Order: sequence, then structure tokens, then C-alpha cells
Amino acid sequence: MSSAIDSKSLGGTWKEQPWSLWGRQILAILRLEVRKNFIGKRAILIYLLALGPVFMMAAFAIQMKIQSRFGLAEINEIFANIYEGFILRTVIFFGCAWIFMNLFRGEVVDKSLHYYFLAPVRREVLVVGKYVSGVMTAGILFLCTTALSLFFLYLSFGYPQNVNYLDGPGFGQVFTYLSITLLACVGYGAFFLVIGLLFRNPIIPALVAYGWEWLNFLLPPVLKKISVIHYLHSLAPVPVSEGPFAMLAEPTPAWISVPGLLLVTALAVVLASLQIRRMQISYSGE
Amino acid sequence: MDQSPEQLIVFEDVSKFYGEILGVNRVNLSITPGITSLVGPNGSGKTTLMNLMTGLLRPTRGRISVLGISPNQPEVLFHKLGYCSQFDSFPRGLTGFQFIYSYLRVHGYMRSEAEQLSMKALDRVGLVEAAGRKVAAYSKGMRQRVRLAQSIAHGPVVLILDEPLNGLDPMARAETIRLFRQLAAEGLHLIMSSHILHEVDMMSDRVVLLNNGYVVAEGEVQGVRDEMDEHPMQILIRCDRPSALASRVFDQDSVVEARIHADRGGLFVKTPDADGFYLLLNRIVVEGELNVESVAPVDDDLNAVYQYLIGSGGGNS
Repeated sequence: MSSAIDSKSLGGTWKEQPWSLWGRQILAILRLEVRKNFIGKRAILIYLLALGPVFMMAAFAIQMKIQSRFGLAEINEIFANIYEGFILRTVIFFGCAWIFMNLFRGEVVDKSLHYYFLAPVRREVLVVGKYVSGVMTAGILFLCTTALSLFFLYLSFGYPQNVNYLDGPGFGQVFTYLSITLLACVGYGAFFLVIGLLFRNPIIPALVAYGWEWLNFLLPPVLKKISVIHYLHSLAPVPVSEGPFAMLAEPTPAWISVPGLLLVTALAVVLASLQIRRMQISYSGE
Repeated sequence: MDQSPEQLIVFEDVSKFYGEILGVNRVNLSITPGITSLVGPNGSGKTTLMNLMTGLLRPTRGRISVLGISPNQPEVLFHKLGYCSQFDSFPRGLTGFQFIYSYLRVHGYMRSEAEQLSMKALDRVGLVEAAGRKVAAYSKGMRQRVRLAQSIAHGPVVLILDEPLNGLDPMARAETIRLFRQLAAEGLHLIMSSHILHEVDMMSDRVVLLNNGYVVAEGEVQGVRDEMDEHPMQILIRCDRPSALASRVFDQDSVVEARIHADRGGLFVKTPDADGFYLLLNRIVVEGELNVESVAPVDDDLNAVYQYLIGSGGGNS
């Protein structure tokens, strides 16, 4: 047995835990999982989802170039609506659902989860490794989606306007949109990780959550806060009107919404870890 | 048994129910090092026992310890245990080498050590040449061997093998059996299940017979057979005068049945007291009444034990 492998991982203080072993194990899980997430039949759906807004923006940019009838302020508003209504609420939502619910559920379907369960790795470490791989996959894909969508939209303005836009509020807006995208992957990812572990058929809870997120604008302020979209909406650089029927609520400030979302995410990962410690493998029953 | 729990695999009153369905019930076992085979018909509980030992399943009742470690501590247990399960499935897109290497990295091994151990394991199962090919392109026998390689790569002390000879051609079977014997000689616990009774008989130091979730017998095959008083031992005596032998043994209390072989060159005897019968046979031979060519019990092998205890509905001999 390698001297590098220290199995004395039970009990002890924070400092006595084998952090370097766990780090190596998480990296090994990441290598396996990121590869699986990006390659294979299951990845086709998320590629299509991620490319959808890019093609849409490219087509929109071509049309705008021909017509040249929108100003920068209108373009900002159009993007904000498309981003929140389509990219965030649909593309990233379903993309994360697919990626994160398949982290464990997909391996149960493929009958390959037992290889992890038969390795000397704490189940919590496995959960963290898989979750981080999901965030990496979703993050890379949807950050590209957001960046390319922005690129195509503003590309139609031509050289001087783009430079002016980026010199002004543009750079900050791009950064904020990318940050919201990453936060959405983190938040929705943790939610779907838990859903994938709690439910044998997670499609129904995912659709219920989709309805809840979409109808968030109709909910009273207290209920609005039990959602991911409320906090992401609060961070939007360009305010989006939620329509005449919306129940108005104060946006949550960034200093609350960002740490709050991260805290809830951490709790969800802990819940997933507890669930995975109890998990048994009996593929025939799935 | 005077071995400490750190040397044994112990089941204490273990039961497992899948809802209303019984997996195994009230299992009490202490498994010592060497080759132990779990034998029984489909659905008898062999795989359930293996999955319980490895923590893939949790017992509904009872306690299990593997060399003193609970299966609830995978981070400790799987440094010492390897399990080659029956699931013929693999993570997608990996070559044979990558498959073993990747999970060794999950164990926590450094790159060079993981590479070395992967190649050594592939070598032990004769798959070095196919190491760079995708597992998806392997034959069933190769997939079986690569799973075996993956389960032994980290040098476990306990190796659990669910139907390890399935899908192997005769050459590979012989090689694999040789490997198992070698591993057992190195002091490993080898626990395997198999339907091929004569191979189990050939390999195993002891057997655990299961039926409908219950352990019906355990121990060395010979010992189990000796304890089956309700089934007298059948012995075939090849000799020149089977009729004379029959007339001599018929009036003995220790013989319950004597039947001349179809080729008239031997006599089948059923006796509940094999040792007593052998003494009698010795006397007859010494008295010079007949020439004995061979004496062999015909139902003291695993197949016979299986047939008596479980019936013909199960394994293939």
C-alpha cells in the first residue's frame, strides 16, 4: 500500500484530516466526470441547449445589421430580457437539470456507480468531486453561451460603438452577466444534485421547480425569496420589467444574495452528502 | 475458531429484506482466509451477501465486519477489499488501462504508482496487449478480466468475486483459476460465487450453501457431507466378484443398500457409516475372497451435497 494513502480519516481535529488525500481524490473524480460530462451521447443535449441562444443572437444580430433601427439602450434591454427569460430561466435551468441530475442518476442507469462506492473514498468527497465537475461543465458551457450571445448582439453595432460601450458600462455589465451565469450554475446545480438523489424519477420535481421559477414574479415577496431566480434577478445589471401582473418586491442586495445563495448551495451539498451515505446500490430496482 | 475478528469476515444474525422480499435471513458466518465459495441457485442470496459485505447494501438487521472493519467505512475498508461484481458495465469511453488507472487515482494513488499498479494488474489477467483499446470493444471474457484486474489492482487482502468465471473461454478459465489459487496462497480471503460446481469443488477450501436466503450448510465439502446423516454415503467398489461382495455386506447393519453396477464389474453400496464399511471391506480383502480394483465414494463431492441439500433446480454441474 502506498505511503501516500492515509486511511486514518476518521475522527481527529480539522487539521488532522487527510486534506491532501481528499484533494487528490477530488481531482481524480473531476478528471473522470468532466470527461464524461463533455463526451458521450448525454452531452449532445446540453451542447444543443447551450448553442440555442448563440444561434438566436447571431440571427438577431444579422437582422439588426440590416435594419439598424435599435439604439444601445434598447439593445441592452433586449439582451436583459432574452438573458433572463430564455438563457437563465430555460437554457441554464434545464442544462443544469440535465448535468447535475445525471451525476448520480446517470451512473445508476449506466450501472457504473458501484466503482466509486468500491473505492476507499468518503462519500462526501465523492459528492464534492461530482458537484464541482458539474459546476465546471455547466460553467464552461453557459459562460460561453452568455459571452457569445453578448458578442453577437453587440457585434452588429460595429467598431466604434462597441469600444465606447465597453469603455462605459459595458465591461461591468458583461462581467455581471457572466457572474450571474456562474452563480446560476452553482445554485441550480446544487438544487438538481439533491433532486437527482432524492427522487427516482426527478423529471417531475424538476418541472415543478421550473414552474415555480417562472411564476416567481406572481408570488408574494416572502415566497419569492424561496427561489434561485429571485436572487439572480436582483443582481441583473439592467432591470427587467416583470409585467403588469407582477407582485413587486425589493431586490435583495448583492451582499446578501451572493453569500446567501452560496450558503444555501453549501447546505444542499451537505444534504446530498447525507443522502449518498445512506444510498444503497441495487441496479435491478432502478 | 480461535482467530481474531481482524482476520475474519463475520456476519452476525444478518438479514436483508427488499421491501417484502427476502434477500437473506439470519445469516451467521465466520469466513477465514482461503477460498470460500458461495453456492446456491439463482435468487438464493449469494450476490446479496457479497453486496452486504461490501456496503453496497445495508443489512435490515444484524452486523457485518470485514477484518474488523464495518462496511459503513468505505474509506477504510476498500484499502483492504476488492470486489469484482457481476455488473458488466463500465464508465463510458475508457480504455482498459484508463479504467483501472482512473479508479486507482480515485483511491488516492500518485500518477506513477497508479500507472505501475494498472499495468501489473493487467499483466496478471493477461490483458497488457489490449490495455490501449476501449473497454466497449472488448469481448465478454476480456471485460470480465479487466474487472478482475480492477478489483485486484490495489492489492487487497480480501477479494470478493461474483461469478468470476462467467464468459471466460476454457484457457482463460484455467488461467483465472490458477490466479485465484496463487492469490489464496498469498494469504488472501477469496470469496466467490459460481454456478459451476465442479470448478468450485476443485478450487474451494470451504463452501457456503445458500437456498432461498438461508445458509443451509457451511464448511469443507467433506465435512458438510459427513454431517448429512439422512443421506447414506454411496461407495463404488470395482472388483472381480461383486455378487460375492454383495452377499457379504448385505447382512451388515452399516449397509443399507447394495446394488451391482450395470457393467457387472463393481458394486454400489449405501452406508451411513463409511468408516465402518471400509473396515469391513479391509477384512474381506485380507481374507482373500475378492480382488479389489478401486474403492471410491461417488457422492461426497459438492455436486452431490448440492443435490441433497438444495435439489436439482439450481446449479449446473
